[in-house]
Amino acid sequence: MIEIDGITKRYDGNTVVNNVSMMIEPRTVTVIVGTSGSGKTTLLRMINRLVEPTSGAIRLDGEDNRSMPGFELRRRIGYAIQGHGLFPHRTVAQNIATVPVLLGWDRARIDAKVAELLTLFQLDPAAFANRFPHELSGGQQQRVGVARALAAEPKVLLMDEPFGALDPIIRAKAQADLLAIQSLLGTTIVLVTHDMDEAFHLAHKIAVMDKGALVQYGKPAELVKDPATEFVQTLIGTSERPFRLLSIETAGDAVEPGPADGKPLAETISQRDALSELLWSGRAAVPVVAADGTVLGKVTLEGLTRRAAKPQ
Amino acid sequence: MSIRFDKLGVVTALLIAYGALAAPFATFRANRIVPGDAKGILDALPVGPGMLLLGLMACAALIVLLKTPTRLRLTVAALGLASIAVFIGMAATHLTPPANAYARVSPASGFWILLFSFALLAADSITRLRPLPLVRVLLLAITLGGAAVVLMSGLWDGLSILKEYSGRADVFWLEAGRHVTLALGSLFASVLVGLPLGILCHRVAPLRAGVLNTLNLIQTIPSIALFGILIAPLGWIAVNVPGAAVIGIRGIGAAPAFVALFLYSLLPVVANTVVGLAGVPREANEAARGIGMTDRQRLFGIEFPLAMPVILTGVRIVLVQNIGLATIAALIGGGGFGVFVFQGIGQTAMDLVLLGAVPTVVLAFAAAIVLDALIEMNAPQRERSRAA
Repeated sequence: MIEIDGITKRYDGNTVVNNVSMMIEPRTVTVIVGTSGSGKTTLLRMINRLVEPTSGAIRLDGEDNRSMPGFELRRRIGYAIQGHGLFPHRTVAQNIATVPVLLGWDRARIDAKVAELLTLFQLDPAAFANRFPHELSGGQQQRVGVARALAAEPKVLLMDEPFGALDPIIRAKAQADLLAIQSLLGTTIVLVTHDMDEAFHLAHKIAVMDKGALVQYGKPAELVKDPATEFVQTLIGTSERPFRLLSIETAGDAVEPGPADGKPLAETISQRDALSELLWSGRAAVPVVAADGTVLGKVTLEGLTRRAAKPQ
Repeated sequence: MSIRFDKLGVVTALLIAYGALAAPFATFRANRIVPGDAKGILDALPVGPGMLLLGLMACAALIVLLKTPTRLRLTVAALGLASIAVFIGMAATHLTPPANAYARVSPASGFWILLFSFALLAADSITRLRPLPLVRVLLLAITLGGAAVVLMSGLWDGLSILKEYSGRADVFWLEAGRHVTLALGSLFASVLVGLPLGILCHRVAPLRAGVLNTLNLIQTIPSIALFGILIAPLGWIAVNVPGAAVIGIRGIGAAPAFVALFLYSLLPVVANTVVGLAGVPREANEAARGIGMTDRQRLFGIEFPLAMPVILTGVRIVLVQNIGLATIAALIGGGGFGVFVFQGIGQTAMDLVLLGAVPTVVLAFAAAIVLDALIEMNAPQRERSRAA
């Protein structure tokens, strides 16, 4: 659990983050969104004290983050940034091992961890461990960057626009991987982005920052239903509202009993994608299957339309 | 098969032809200070060897002119260098009248042009072959070893420069030692001071402009003026600081030369450290901080290794510059090869000037090759794999 308590940051009388308080639940993905200059990155960087707040406090599991030196705190918190930030003169394995080496783990444990993470991120250890960052594709570099952030098994992972430099196809894959790994490891993720699609796709809760202030903090559906300010409304996009609602949950969540014809959909795709498929193929219902191929039921045009309507 | 010419080879072949046919190969003088008598290859050598050398040069020019395999060209360069080395020694023996200790035979413009042509050919072939850094150092060692063998064999003993040497062998090695000590000592001191200063300038931005401008200003002071400027403060230190005079600090001599070389060395070291550190990718630094490296770990683990090639380039500049500049230390009694240069100028004895100048050039050249190899071995992996 991360408690942000009345955090303010001023630079030369310029308030960048203004009295922000929020509570981040453990094992969730919290996405901080806002325009550039809204203070979202500064807020993130105050959690691991890359930036020291002017006033207020941040507690991790009840412990003030100033109770230990900054560098020790940062070794316990994963940190991944846009453009991966890998060390160009170190191999993939050495990059991933950075924090474990700083923490003084023994060789065998480090090697095991590196191999485990590479496998987890679908990179064959035999092929990739000894490569240098410049020998990898953009998507691979980004995965190594996240793997390095997770190497010391942190409970909290901070990500600053981690997918910003990736092309759309790789980005979608990276987002899916992140969600899978988050639910596997149970890491608390705080992610900063300006991409609302990304926010709705990843977030359990979204925090909207505007001019240094936290204007709304809640579940994605709440933001669509009750935008706190004009700014939140604009950020979500008036014409996007029904689709935003549908993009939060998966087709599996909208399954109704009964048979349907035609090519089935995977239960993991978003309801938005399911609707798109229904509209495009001109069908009123489509079967939904689990990963192992068992038919779970169907999603219907009618059902999805109901779900896309303004919540009462 | 059509005949194809090598672009640089055309120039090299013309140079070889000019050096062998039109320019004098050796100069004969009745004693060390009178004007000389320039002799072409056929005049300078007995008929047989003379024809042989001309034939060899003709073959070399032809091979160089055409598009030939690089290894063959390198072999030609090596053989060319070896043959002019042998034949100039032979010319000295041939031209010197028997039992005449005053006569002087020295290499003339043709010899230097041939030396330059073959050195150019060798450098070009080596560049094309792209050998590993260690191989380049090995080639340097072989070349220097070859020169040493020729020197030991006594083949060159008839040459004027070695006659000058034989009269002052003890002094030569003493001055050589001083020269190297001066050049390397000031380099060492400037790295010791310049590296931390560069790091400080990198970390504390407001310092940067001031320090670099000051060092730039020092760089523009002519060396003789700098010696003059240093006489007063060093003289004062010698008189007023206990023990200073004992360790050799004086207004003139090695101390001001050392200080001047040190001051000139600071700019390349500091500037390259600053540039090297500034060139470290921002994201790498950011990530290093973000995952919990301390400032020191970041400096030694990330910034230094990434900046090392640029810093070493600065060290290379300083080393070559210092080996050359140390020559002027002789002006104020600091010793070094400059002693022979200035004595030679004073006596209008060009052979004596060469005795000071040639070792300086060889030393600077060797230092440059070794440092270049070191820089390449230290370059980040990506540079190396791209070159391979």
